[in-house]
Amino acid sequence: MQTIHKIKKIIRETPKSVSLILDGKITYQLGQFIMLWLPGVDEKPFAISYLDKDEFRVTIEEKGNFTKAISNLIIGTQIGLRGPYGHGFEPKDNSIIVAGGLGMAPAIELIKKVKNSTIIQGAKSKEFLLYLNDENLTKLIEKNKNKIVHCTDDGSFGIRGFTTQVLKKLINKQTKTVYTCGPEVMIKKVFELCEKKKIECQASLERMMKCAIGVCGSCVCGDQLVCKDGPVFSSEQLRKMKDFGKYARLKSGKKVALSEYFSYRDQ
Amino acid sequence: MINTTFCKIELQSPLVLASGILGTSVDIMNRVAENGAGAVTTKSIGPIERQGHNNPSVIEIENGLYNAVGLPTPGYLNMGDELKRWKEIKVPLIASVYGSSIRDYVHIVEYLQKYKPSIIELNISCPNKDDGMMFGASPRLTSQLVRAVKAVSSIPIMPKLTPNCDNIGRIAKECEKSGADAICAINTVQKTIIHPELKVPLLAYGKGGISGPIIREIALEKVKEIREAVKIPILGLGGITTGEDAIEMLKAGATLVGIGSGVYSRGIDIFKKVNEEIKQIMKKEGYKTLGEIK
Ligand SMILES: Cc1cc2nc3c(=O)[nH]c(=O)nc-3n(C[C@H](O)[C@H](O)[C@H](O)COP(=O)(O)O)c2cc1C
Ligand code: FES
Repeated sequence: MQTIHKIKKIIRETPKSVSLILDGKITYQLGQFIMLWLPGVDEKPFAISYLDKDEFRVTIEEKGNFTKAISNLIIGTQIGLRGPYGHGFEPKDNSIIVAGGLGMAPAIELIKKVKNSTIIQGAKSKEFLLYLNDENLTKLIEKNKNKIVHCTDDGSFGIRGFTTQVLKKLINKQTKTVYTCGPEVMIKKVFELCEKKKIECQASLERMMKCAIGVCGSCVCGDQLVCKDGPVFSSEQLRKMKDFGKYARLKSGKKVALSEYFSYRDQ
Repeated sequence: MINTTFCKIELQSPLVLASGILGTSVDIMNRVAENGAGAVTTKSIGPIERQGHNNPSVIEIENGLYNAVGLPTPGYLNMGDELKRWKEIKVPLIASVYGSSIRDYVHIVEYLQKYKPSIIELNISCPNKDDGMMFGASPRLTSQLVRAVKAVSSIPIMPKLTPNCDNIGRIAKECEKSGADAICAINTVQKTIIHPELKVPLLAYGKGGISGPIIREIALEKVKEIREAVKIPILGLGGITTGEDAIEMLKAGATLVGIGSGVYSRGIDIFKKVNEEIKQIMKKEGYKTLGEIK
């Protein structure tokens, strides 16, 4: 049954996303996800994008039926939560984290746990770079001797180009692991590059979730369950997942091309 | 030691993956087969594409699960290469079918013949669709449905019955008289649960069905009632999570034992675990074959 958490703060992050600071303690392993329930609206999977002693942050993209509901949320609103669920990241130093768009959210807790690593954060344009002015994040990055490289499609901030182009330049034999989250098209490219360079990859995937506990089968990707075996998968798993980068299932269970799935989800 | 036959089909284990649990794709059903299931059941297949209900649609409760997934389905004509790939499944396959009318069921059952599932299960018992239980609670409609479907099927037909009625024995008897080859029971037990703090229904649909250990006693009772009413074999399910539970279900009169919610509590390898537990109990109690367990 869901536990109940109050909204302490609402932060506008980008033109298309907001963060909620929720009260309560959570035992959370890196890369796991939670099911957030807005009664009367929907229940959806989210990453925890920052965890503190008695509060935590979730960053939510405004799309689908969540859009309107989120703009109506006020401080003090009670939200239901199940989880955390799934298997997450195994943190290793001297790594690279590739985060595209909202994929930066699950990367934050990982940044706390790795040292001497590089974060490649990408977005469409400057205004879509998540947490760009977050001082906490800057401190976090410095504390563990990590560094961050920004890139935007239009060049409005950082390097002009895609995260994968930056990765190609930075990846080398000393790279321990490449972690990645964001759009699956990007993840697939990151994975392929890692395969070529024989470097371990850990990728966080997304599929339609209903139960989140490995029974309903709506989140299948090949013979893996994204909710239970994932959402973070290793190179070894990714190699065997036939649907990865290609197919996903709609709410009805109909198997469609990845692009159709994502445009369905954005509606 | 635990091999068995059901409707002339040979199975290596009496344990069957229940409908609606991980039955969404050939790949995942094969993984369940590799994990020790004697047979697997597909997610119920319906006449046209249907989304099912909004989330929350499945949730953990004490001693079980509570769901109103609402029969999502791509629709039988919309399943891509899944149906063609059924033959890749390493154990006997049970195709679960639902419809809103007798015509729906007949069309789907007829269409599925060429893909040769081992058994076709008629889901006439889902509590999570406004007309889902219409058939399952009426002996007359159930009988008409089974006759109509039998007329177009050379594959064994197994209606799946609901516990949400007071005459399950009578419904089972009607099924048998109308030509059903086996009976599957039970589906989930209808219930409405309210969140204690928020005072709103736990599931988006408002009501739903409970499953898992919380319904085991009800399931055993219903299976006994069916056993007394009919001679055709029974696939018994509801709350089975251990070897001991499975043996109890066999003693209640079932030939096969379904597992659904147990996948949540004990993982996808629950079939392997329960197979081993059954063997242990058989050894201890001196049974050589499943048939001796009565
Ligand atoms: C999430 C979920 C989805 C289900 N979907 C179906 C379905 O599509 N068709 C069906 O006949 N039964 C469905 N059922 C019912 C199960 O097949 C089974 O009859 C019931 O859960 C009792 O068994 P259990 O206690 O082992 O789970 C579903 C059950 C659950 C928990
Ligand atoms: S969401 Fe139900 S199995 Fe993953």
